[in-house]
Amino acid sequence: MSVVLILILASLAVGLGFVCAFVWCVRSGQYEDTTTPSLRILTDEPPPKTGAAKKKLK
Amino acid sequence: MSQEVLELQNVHAGTIHAVVPCFHCGEPCPDHAFVADGRSFCCFGCQTVFSLLRDNGLDRFYQLQSAPGTRVRAAAPAAKWKFLDDPVVQARLYDFADATQARVTLHLPAIHCVACVWLLENLFQLHPGIGKTRVNFPRREAAITFAPAKIKFSELAALLASIGYEPQLTLGETGKAPAPLLRQQAWLQIGLAAFGFGNIMLLSLPFYFGLDSSNGPWFRALAGWLNLAMALPVVTYSASDFWRAAWLGLRQRTLTLEVPIALGLAALYLTSIFQVAAHRGPGYCDSLTGLIFFLLCGRLFQKKTYDRMTFDRDYKGFFPLSVTRKTPAGEESVAISRLRTGDRLVLRHGELLPADARLVAGAACVDYSFVTGEAEPVACAPGTRLYAGGRQVGGAIEVETVKPVAQSYLASLWNNEAFRKPRDHDLESLTNRYSRGFTKLVGGAALGAAVFWLFRDPAKSLPAFTSVLIVACPCALALAAPLTHGTVQRLLARRKIFLRNALVVERLAVVDAIVLDKTGTLTTPDARGVQFQGPELSAAERDWVSSLARHSTHPNSLHIARALGAAALPVAGFQETPGGGIAGQIAGHTLCLGSPAWVRSRCQPAGGPPAQAPEAAAAPSVLVAVNGRVRGGFALENSPRPEVEQLIARLGARYELALLSGDNGREAARFEKIFGGRAVLKFDQSPADKLRFIRDLQQRGHTVMMVGDGLNDAGALRQADVGVAVVEAVGAFSPASDVILDAAELTRLARVLEFSRRATRIVRAGFLISAIYNLIGVGVAAAGLLQPMVCAILMPLSSASVVFFACGATTWTARRMELLDRPLPAAP
Repeated sequence: MSVVLILILASLAVGLGFVCAFVWCVRSGQYEDTTTPSLRILTDEPPPKTGAAKKKLK
Repeated sequence: MSQEVLELQNVHAGTIHAVVPCFHCGEPCPDHAFVADGRSFCCFGCQTVFSLLRDNGLDRFYQLQSAPGTRVRAAAPAAKWKFLDDPVVQARLYDFADATQARVTLHLPAIHCVACVWLLENLFQLHPGIGKTRVNFPRREAAITFAPAKIKFSELAALLASIGYEPQLTLGETGKAPAPLLRQQAWLQIGLAAFGFGNIMLLSLPFYFGLDSSNGPWFRALAGWLNLAMALPVVTYSASDFWRAAWLGLRQRTLTLEVPIALGLAALYLTSIFQVAAHRGPGYCDSLTGLIFFLLCGRLFQKKTYDRMTFDRDYKGFFPLSVTRKTPAGEESVAISRLRTGDRLVLRHGELLPADARLVAGAACVDYSFVTGEAEPVACAPGTRLYAGGRQVGGAIEVETVKPVAQSYLASLWNNEAFRKPRDHDLESLTNRYSRGFTKLVGGAALGAAVFWLFRDPAKSLPAFTSVLIVACPCALALAAPLTHGTVQRLLARRKIFLRNALVVERLAVVDAIVLDKTGTLTTPDARGVQFQGPELSAAERDWVSSLARHSTHPNSLHIARALGAAALPVAGFQETPGGGIAGQIAGHTLCLGSPAWVRSRCQPAGGPPAQAPEAAAAPSVLVAVNGRVRGGFALENSPRPEVEQLIARLGARYELALLSGDNGREAARFEKIFGGRAVLKFDQSPADKLRFIRDLQQRGHTVMMVGDGLNDAGALRQADVGVAVVEAVGAFSPASDVILDAAELTRLARVLEFSRRATRIVRAGFLISAIYNLIGVGVAAAGLLQPMVCAILMPLSSASVVFFACGATTWTARRMELLDRPLPAAP
């Protein structure tokens, strides 16, 4: 037996771990919307918090 | 909407004056009644939203995009949302709820730009009860967290509606679409393929460098079996769509493009198993998984491009219809994309129902032939539900919409099989012509290469076979035409020129004769020009005539109705004779309005000549008869649209032209001058004459384009190879037409034709590129020089280059031809 075998098994284990993570993140809906984040980044400035913001709506 | 377009829309009023677009929604402001902060608004609703956003520090909304809002109508009564406070309804709609907060995902169809995303995600600034909002742009959804103690669900819905984002609620179980699963599957397939590809490459690396000898045969066997194991999910799961498509194709006994791909994949995997099991070599799992991975990437890219096209179509009011909406202030013309549920619409003879609606008033006689193919109109009583796509026959009716407008549904009606042209089948699409037999050719080449190598060097036989199959994948061939034509369609739609489908582009390119209609197409009656000749009409008579005229969509009727005022008396027994006129009973009197010959034919011979109008003035082109006696006539001063002369000159240089008009030859001299003796000019043509004329041209081998107003020339438009309907904010829409052109864009017709010719050249160039790829690729592969792996990389690259070429060259051409003078808006 060679140390290569251990390395292969270790690398496969790491790879499988990432596959599981990927499957989890697809299933949890993180790939649902790949458009909105790209729009959101365009408007990074938070709006100024004015006193008016606390005003009640009619 | 730009200032320029708004100005053009106003041309038909006779004078050009600048219309100020609403600062909030971009619709034209009727007058300058609503002004706040020096900005103009089209209605009180828009002004209110503006003030609300400004007061809450959200005016950045207007910096992100110009006129980003949607028009806000008088807010729906709060009672409309009351049902949302019912716990049963809430339980069905909430994603999550506990004692202090609730989360709900609402479908807000009005979401359409960066500014919308920003405003909705800052909704918390408007009300302290609202927490975090996340927008899902492609699905037009917002997930809103709120505290029911501070803001009730119904209040939240009312708040959204008041700023123009009315939630669209589906209470049925079908509300949750199964679509996300498919998208998830696509990502999982790519992910798994990438995992298999990467790890198999790692394990195969020693073989590439010939290092395996040092490790002994056990390593080779281990790597081989591991590769096979890792490739198994890739072949079965990631590539499942290819198997399914190929199987479907085979079952229908057609050689689809997927068949050679599936064949190649199967050959690769089976050889790999054989090689590993027989200790003959490491197999081709690396090539196989790489191939699948790149194929999937190519497919994803293709889908993204298509999605962008459909987005543009859906959002930018692709369907070119407008309807007359009744408001307390009067009647207005509005694009159907801006209709809301509950709007009151007036539909005249021949107009199409844009949405499901309830009949409120009028004698509805609805022709559902566009929907069902059944031509017999159905008479309906008030209160009846009418369905989108139905067409009113007879007098005007008033309806109230009960469902939002489904643009895609209407567009699909336009593409309905029933409206296929009689000559559609003669003109085969470019793609079909080029790709017929392609699959067989490739199969033959692959088999030939395999047999050749079997005798010379059996080891090379299978790789050569697979390489040829893969490298020749005709994806690029299949992509060039739809992408180019899709881009043309999209760019022209931005210019208010709408094509029925992509095939129309090919048809436009081969047109060699153009038949033009006169009234409403080349000319437009201006409002000043409506003059009555004969004894002055009494006020009552004016009301009768205008009430009758407003039931018709003929350009002459529209202008007479506009000139005589807004009377709307009930009309009984309304009839319209295409190419003739309209008739009906009002207040017990029978009125006829139409062309002189038609009106005279319906009058008693004793009707006498129209009151002795001075013959020096232009002869009336529309006669009015009351109770069988000619009462007088309207002289409609038709002026040619601006730049018609240049258009005719440009078209005349290339095409055979003809002018067919239903009018008398009164204006013949003027048009002879415009056409300069090159064209056939025919007056007093009935719709049947026009149809015959076009058929004659076709029999003489011409490909004919007919340009008409869409309603009165329906038969001719259908007979022509390309029917172009010129519309002027009229909901009258003829499914027989292939192109719908905003009247203001008529002068661009010559350029549109030129553009479509260049587009066809672009498609040919795309075919050439992909043919060159294939020839070189197949040649090298058949010679056994190409690893399947390299083919797998080359193939998606060639597809991508064709996609870029098709979209890029088309956009560039459009820009150079000044069909696209505004910068592209930010891509969604």
